[in-house]
Amino acid sequence: MVLSHAASDSDVSVHSTFASRYVRTSLPRFRMPENSIPKEAAYQIINDELMLDGNPRLNLASFVTTWMEPECDKLIMASINKNYVDMDEYPVTTELQNRCVNMIAHLFNAPLGETETAVGVGTVGSSEAIMLAGLAFKRKWQNKRKAEGKPFDKPNIVTGANVQVCWEKFARYFEVELKEVKLREGYYVMDPEQAVEMVDENTICVAAILGSTLNGEFEDVKLLNDLLVLKNKETGLDIPIHVDAASGGFIAPFLYPELEWDFRLPQVKSINVSGHKYGLVYAGIGWVVWRNKEDLPDELIFHINYLGADQPTFTLNFSKGSSQVIAQYYQLIRLGHEGYRNVMENCRENMIVLREGLEKTGRFSIVSKDEGIPLVAFSLKDNSSHTEFEISEMLRRYGWIVPAYTMPANAEHITVLRVVIREDFSRTLAERLVMDIEKVMHELDELPSRVIHKISLGEVKSEDNGDNMVVTVKKSDIEKPIEIINVKKSDKPIFC
Amino acid sequence: MALARNSDSEEHLHSTFASRYVRAVIPRFKMPDNSMPKDAAYQVISDELMLDGNPRLNLASFVTTWMEPECDKLIMESVNKNYVDMDEYPVTTELQNRCVNMIANLFHAPVGEDEAAIGCGTVGSSEAIMLAGLAFKRKWQQRRRAQGLPTDNPNIVTGANVQVCWEKFARYFEVELKEVKLSEGYYVMDPAKAVEMVDENTICVAAILGSTLTGEFEDVKTLNDLLAEKNAETGWDVAIHVDAASGGFIAPFLYPDLEWDFRLPWVKSINVSGHKYGLVYAGVGWIVWRTKDDLPEDLVFHINYLGADQPTFTLNFSKGSSQIIAQYYQFIRLGFEGYKNIMENCMDNARRLREGIEMTGKFNIVSKDIGVPLVAFSLKDSSKHTVFEIAESLRKFGWIIPAYTMPADAQHIAVLRVVIREDFSRGLADRLITHILQVLKEIEGLPSRIAHIAAAAKVSGGEEKTAKMSLEDIAKYWKRLVENKRNIVC
Repeated sequence: MVLSHAASDSDVSVHSTFASRYVRTSLPRFRMPENSIPKEAAYQIINDELMLDGNPRLNLASFVTTWMEPECDKLIMASINKNYVDMDEYPVTTELQNRCVNMIAHLFNAPLGETETAVGVGTVGSSEAIMLAGLAFKRKWQNKRKAEGKPFDKPNIVTGANVQVCWEKFARYFEVELKEVKLREGYYVMDPEQAVEMVDENTICVAAILGSTLNGEFEDVKLLNDLLVLKNKETGLDIPIHVDAASGGFIAPFLYPELEWDFRLPQVKSINVSGHKYGLVYAGIGWVVWRNKEDLPDELIFHINYLGADQPTFTLNFSKGSSQVIAQYYQLIRLGHEGYRNVMENCRENMIVLREGLEKTGRFSIVSKDEGIPLVAFSLKDNSSHTEFEISEMLRRYGWIVPAYTMPANAEHITVLRVVIREDFSRTLAERLVMDIEKVMHELDELPSRVIHKISLGEVKSEDNGDNMVVTVKKSDIEKPIEIINVKKSDKPIFC
Repeated sequence: MALARNSDSEEHLHSTFASRYVRAVIPRFKMPDNSMPKDAAYQVISDELMLDGNPRLNLASFVTTWMEPECDKLIMESVNKNYVDMDEYPVTTELQNRCVNMIANLFHAPVGEDEAAIGCGTVGSSEAIMLAGLAFKRKWQQRRRAQGLPTDNPNIVTGANVQVCWEKFARYFEVELKEVKLSEGYYVMDPAKAVEMVDENTICVAAILGSTLTGEFEDVKTLNDLLAEKNAETGWDVAIHVDAASGGFIAPFLYPDLEWDFRLPWVKSINVSGHKYGLVYAGVGWIVWRTKDDLPEDLVFHINYLGADQPTFTLNFSKGSSQIIAQYYQFIRLGFEGYKNIMENCMDNARRLREGIEMTGKFNIVSKDIGVPLVAFSLKDSSKHTVFEIAESLRKFGWIIPAYTMPADAQHIAVLRVVIREDFSRGLADRLITHILQVLKEIEGLPSRIAHIAAAAKVSGGEEKTAKMSLEDIAKYWKRLVENKRNIVC
C-alpha cells in the first residue's frame, strides 16, 4: 500500500491517530516492524482489533471471574510491576500469599494446630496446582515402593472420565497412566465404587472432583473416602485422595458447610482450588493445600532463606505478577465468610431463576443438579430437527456466549448447553437470557431442519421408511454435524 | 480488642482512618467472619504494601518494572479476559500467534513465507524451559525405544551457572542434571567440557544466552560445532536448547552477527522471557521450536478453534491475557528500531556505571561488556568487609542490590550485581555511584565483622586456616544467612 507522505515529519505529532498514516498501513503479523510508531497509535490499533473479541462478562462458558471492585483494580494496577518471586524484595507480598494459604487451609479444615502454619502455595491456576499435587503423590508412592523393593515404573491415577483436561496433561507429561471411570447416561460423575475397584498397587491417588466441569455436580468424596479406607485395610495399601475443588472449593464451605468433602475426611491429602473461579479473582491464580508436611516430600521443595526464616517453595512457575495474589487477599478480608456466602447465595438464586425459566419453555431437560456449582446445563427434549449447537450459534448474535458440547465416554450421545452463573450475572441478565433463548427457539422452529442422520455411538444409519425422507445431501452437509460433534468431544479443554 | 460500636447507620460516613477497621487486627490465618467496606480493605492492604521494596529500585531483577501508560490501559482493559478461552477471544489468540511468529523470525527459525512458526506463550521462562525439556525427553525416549535401548536414565548437560528452573525441571521430570563446573575467572559453561560429558542418555545440552550471574553469552557456535563432530562420531543425535531468557531480546538488536540461534543447525528450541528484555511486566515467556518435528505430536493437545486446529502445549491453562497483549503492543509500538535504541541506552548506562565503579579503585569488574547490560563486581580486598555488607548498607538508600557467591567451583568469589533495565536512566546510575562511594566510606570506619567471625571460628576449635579458606568460611556464613539466594536472583 502506498503511503502518501503529504504531511511533513514535524507535523506527525499533531495528527490525531485516525488522521495519521498509522491506520492506513497493514498491521505487522509475522515479523517485527522495522520502525517504531507512536504509543497512541499502537494503543488505538490494538484496542480496536480487540473490540472483536467476545465480551468477557457475557462469556457464560467460563467459571473464571470477569469483574472485580474498582478498589481492587487499583491494587492490581499498583502491583503490576512487582515480580512475585522476589521474596526478599517484596516481603509483604510474600506474607500476603502465606496468609491466603493459611486462610484457605483453615477453610478446608486442615488439621492445624493454633500456631502451626499450613502447607500450601499459590499457583497460576488449578492446572499448576494439580500438577504439583500429582507430583507429590507420585514421589511419595515411588519412595514407598523403593523402600519396599518393588517396581515403580508404572504409576497410575484413578479419576472419572469427566475430569478436566489438565489431569490428562499431568498424566501425559509426568508419565502416569490415567485410569478413567466411564460415565453413563444420567450419571455424569465418577462412581466411587467403580473407582475403588480400579485401584491397584500402582495407584498413586484417586482424584475426586468437587464441581464437575460438565454439570457442576459435587462428587461423593465421603463415600469414596469410606470405600477407600476399607480397600486400604483389605489390601494393606495406602491409597490417598486428592480433591480437585477448582470450582467447588469456594462454594461448598459457604453454601454446604455440613458437606464433608475436605480434610475432615482422613484419606484426603491435598486439595486444589482456583482463586480465579469462585475465589472471585481475575484469571491467573490457584491454590493447593496439603494436609500436613508429611504429604509433601521434602525433596520436591526448594528452600529459600527469607528474612532469616525458611521459605519453602514448590511451584512450576517462577517469575509472575503479584497482582492476583494481592487481589485474592483483598477478597478474603473484604468479603469475609459473610460476603462470600452472600455472593454464593445470590449466584444460587439466579441459577434457580434461570433454571425455572428454561423449564417453563417446556423444550428442555435440565441435566445439572441444584446442589453443586451454580450453573445450568440443559439439553433439548427433542433434538431431531435442531441441535443444541445451533442454539449456541444463534445466541451469539445476541451477544451471549453459551457453549454446547457432548458428554464424554460413555454418554457421547448426550449434548448439553451450559450456562455458568458467576458473581456478576444478575437476575436481570438471567431473565434477559431466558427471553433470548425463547426468541432463538421461535426462530429455529421456523427454519427447515438441517439434516441429520441418527447418530448412535459412532454408527451412521440412514432411515428409509415411508415416514422419513431419505435425503441425499452433499457430503459436506453430512460431515458438518458429525464433525461438530466429534470436534466438540475433544473440546474439553475450553471448559474449565 | 474491643471495637467501639458506632451506630451502623453512620458507618458509611467515617473516613477509613476514622473507622474501626484500622483498629482491628488484620486477619492473618483465618478468613474473617464479616465483610468490611471496600475502601477500608483497599487502604489496609495498600498501606501494608508500602513496606515492600520499590520495584523500580530493585536492581536485582531483570524483570520489567515500567511500561507506557497506554500499555497500562490495554492491560487493565484485558485483565478480565481468560487467555485460554480461544473460542471466545479469537483476536487475543491471534495476537499470541503473531508474537510467536515475530519471535521465531527474530531468531531466524527456518520458517517459509506462509508457514506458521511452532511455539507458544508461557507464563515465564520456567514454564518454557519445562516444555522444551519435556519435548527433548520425549523425542529421546522415542528414539531409544525405536532402537530397543533403555529409557530410564535420561540426563541433561548444562553449566553450573544455570538458573534454578533447570534444577526444578530435572527434579520434577526425573532427568539427571550433569553440570559443567565453573572455575575462577570462567563463569559460564565451557563448550568443550560440556561435549565431553555428553553420552547416549543425554537428551540435550542447554546453553545460556545471558548467564544470570555475570550476564555473559555462552559460546553457542562452538558448542554447536563440537556437538556436530561428536554426533558424527557416535551416531547420536544430541541437540541444543538455548536458554535465551535474558539474551534473546538483546542479541538480535545489539549483536545481530552473533550466531547463537536457529542459524546453528543443532539448535532445536529457544526460550526467551517476554518479561525481561521483552519489556513486559512479569508473567510472559515464549518458547519456539525450530520445526514441527522438534515437538513430538503426542505432547500437543488439539483444540478445535473457529473450525481450525489450535494446537496447545502448556503447563498452565487459565491465565490472564494482559501480558500477551502487552507484548504485542511493544513489538508494534517499538519495532526493531525501538528495541535497538532501548538496548543501546541500557548498554551506555551500564558502561557509565561500570566506569564509575572502577574509578573507586576498590572493585574488580566480573561481568563482561558483551552480554546482558549488567555490572557484576567484587571487592578487591574482602578481608575486612564483604559485598554482603555493602548490599545491606545500600538498602538504606532504597537500592536493592543483591550479593551472592558463585556456584561450584568458584564459591569463594562473592559479587554484587546491578541489572540495567530500560527504566534505569543515567541520572540514577550517577546517583548509585555516589551512594556506593558513601557506603564504602562508612564501612571503612566500622570494625571488621569478619575478623570477629574468624576469631570465633578459631576459638571453637578450628585450626589455622589459609586466607582462601577463611574467605570460604565467611562466604559460607553469609551464604547460610541468605541461603540459595541464587534462587531469588533470576
